[in-house]
Amino acid sequence: MIVMSEKATKHGAVSRRSFLAGLAGAIGGAALSGCGVNDEFFTTYFRAHYRKMSREEIDEMVAALERRYKREYDRDIHIDTTGPREGVLFAYALDISRCIGCRRCVYACVDENNQSRDPQIHWIQVYEMDKEKGIDFTEGNLYYDVDQVPREGHFYMPVACQHCENPPCTKVCPVGATWKEDDGIVVIDYDWCIGCRYCMAACPYGARHFNWRTPKIPSDEINPDTHYLGNRPRYKGVVEKCTFCVQRTRKGRYPACVEICPVGARKFGNLLDPDSEIRHILETKQIFVLKKELNTHPKFFYYWGV
Amino acid sequence: MKRSFEYFRNFVRGSVSIMVRGSARYYAWVALLAIVVLQGAVAYSHQLHEGLALTNMRDPASWGLYIGTFAFLVGVAAAAVMLVIPAYVYEWKPIKEVVIFGELLAVAALVACILFVTVDIGRPERVWHLFPVVGTLHFPSSLLAWDMLVLSFYLVLNLVIVTHLLVRQYNRSDYIHGLVTPLVIVSIPAAIGIHTVTAFLFNGLGGRPYWNSAILAPRFIASALCSGPAILLILFQLLRRVTRFEIRDAAIDKIAELMAYTMGVNLFFLGAEIFKEVYTNSEHIIHLQYLFGTGPFPDSPIRVYAWTSVITAVAAFVLFVVPRLRRNRVLMNLGAVLIFLSVFFEKGVALVVPGFTPDVLGQVYAYSPSLVEFRVSAGVLALAALVYTLMVRVASAIIFEEITIDTYRTAS
Repeated sequence: MIVMSEKATKHGAVSRRSFLAGLAGAIGGAALSGCGVNDEFFTTYFRAHYRKMSREEIDEMVAALERRYKREYDRDIHIDTTGPREGVLFAYALDISRCIGCRRCVYACVDENNQSRDPQIHWIQVYEMDKEKGIDFTEGNLYYDVDQVPREGHFYMPVACQHCENPPCTKVCPVGATWKEDDGIVVIDYDWCIGCRYCMAACPYGARHFNWRTPKIPSDEINPDTHYLGNRPRYKGVVEKCTFCVQRTRKGRYPACVEICPVGARKFGNLLDPDSEIRHILETKQIFVLKKELNTHPKFFYYWGV
Repeated sequence: MKRSFEYFRNFVRGSVSIMVRGSARYYAWVALLAIVVLQGAVAYSHQLHEGLALTNMRDPASWGLYIGTFAFLVGVAAAAVMLVIPAYVYEWKPIKEVVIFGELLAVAALVACILFVTVDIGRPERVWHLFPVVGTLHFPSSLLAWDMLVLSFYLVLNLVIVTHLLVRQYNRSDYIHGLVTPLVIVSIPAAIGIHTVTAFLFNGLGGRPYWNSAILAPRFIASALCSGPAILLILFQLLRRVTRFEIRDAAIDKIAELMAYTMGVNLFFLGAEIFKEVYTNSEHIIHLQYLFGTGPFPDSPIRVYAWTSVITAVAAFVLFVVPRLRRNRVLMNLGAVLIFLSVFFEKGVALVVPGFTPDVLGQVYAYSPSLVEFRVSAGVLALAALVYTLMVRVASAIIFEEITIDTYRTAS
């Protein structure tokens, strides 16, 4: 209660979080206070929506999450909260003629973005398709298991989040736990998602994945450089997806899948920069997007480079 | 205000006294339901602990039996109240009773709806994110936000009407016509509203062609107008036998006749959907093929439900549309059971599963519910049945056995 009145004077009014915390404190009584684990619980559970939190509230919450991850994974995990940069709109291009279907991008993504190893979650799904049939997902094979790629007569279509300019998934979320950032990245707050999976029903690209169990990652395989809206470890019962490696790209690096691709099929850059490689591709190649008729305006472009 | 509170307190006390008294059959029925609820609670606690991996839902089919049954029960909740329209138009004698038992059914169905959504979500402890003011209800963008608002409104509306009627009667006082009549009138468009919004929840997804059909909401309403009255038809006959509930045969016949029309419309809508897919024969037909086990899917695990749903709907329609058949009470009740099963399979399985299969990128994950899903669903349905049983017990005691505040006053 004392904490509450301090907050009240600092902000001029009782903030929602302190109100909720006060309420819970009143219900829970003194027994729940004073312990570190409970502080973490209050800071991460009784809070406002991420986009309505003040800078110091975010810092406090992130510190609590870092402590919790430390306890769970026995690693010092850093959670970055860098926001979008002015004048940046990220986009991706994939050269189907170069892709050999090696799935290195799939596993580089798993390592970089702390996807669960058991059960396995893959943000990138690679479809093997028949050259004779062209792009036909119904005929495509997601589970091809072959000794050598590329197989004769086949080509490969990796699909992940298309980072739509008009995303159907964020529109349907009943609690606003997923949204499009100003740099075009569609993100999820894993601490706000209620796990209703309406976004998964709405996504036309199968880009969203649910944690049906508690995700498992061996602690020596954790990538400790994380972003709050990106690759920090997730929980049971929440949805996750590709974030264009927000933890890297907002610091000027390429996404992990672009870096690992052995044939240079993957291109990434700033749509608003006229000198960027992505603009060059859009201006010189014949590109297409998946399911154009749905008006989702993906910022993930496919093309045949050669 | 003070008098209202006192009335309500008397009513609560009286209700408890009524609920704990009853025949051996009543006790046995309540005990049976309680056991089913308990086993459901055990299954749900496993699911909470392990995660939704204990269901057979997976990324390609991310909704299943829970959401399907939810959609079905929204229909039951909606249709239960819509019977008030013919009760009023045809001047059935016990219109108040029709309102009370219909609205109680709506309340029980809504309790189950809320529970089905709750057991389906991954983080139920964060449900307060949905609440206005403290949370961030994504209104009006999300149809789930709409659904949560209209369902809550409808639940409160029905509770207020029915509680007011019963509280007043229990306290030997007249109900306030100026309150009840407008609320009952509001509840009719609200009933249409909850089912329309629930249909739109599926309907508005461009990436799911199976649901993205303009006829989806009308189909929801038509099928609900078959299954909801079916329950009430059987219930009214039961009440007539065991209580002093006096619904005339003419009213029963009229409900059956109206159901013949709604069943016809329901089949017509289904036929229109099938025609569109089959004649066009675009790639979108694949979901219908999966539903009925035709084309590339001879082994589709849901084809049994799909065909059962269609066959029972046709059979029930025949039983209801031929006047001679529906006047035979045995055949009429058989038809009511058949149409109830038909709509249950149609909403529970045939609505949700083909929407996800094949998935948005053409992959087939053959979902069928797991044991945990069946157990939890049985638990939720049993809880709704238990709630309904207790409410009907109280309502019929007050209305037909004329139990009032004085009954217990003189007894003690």
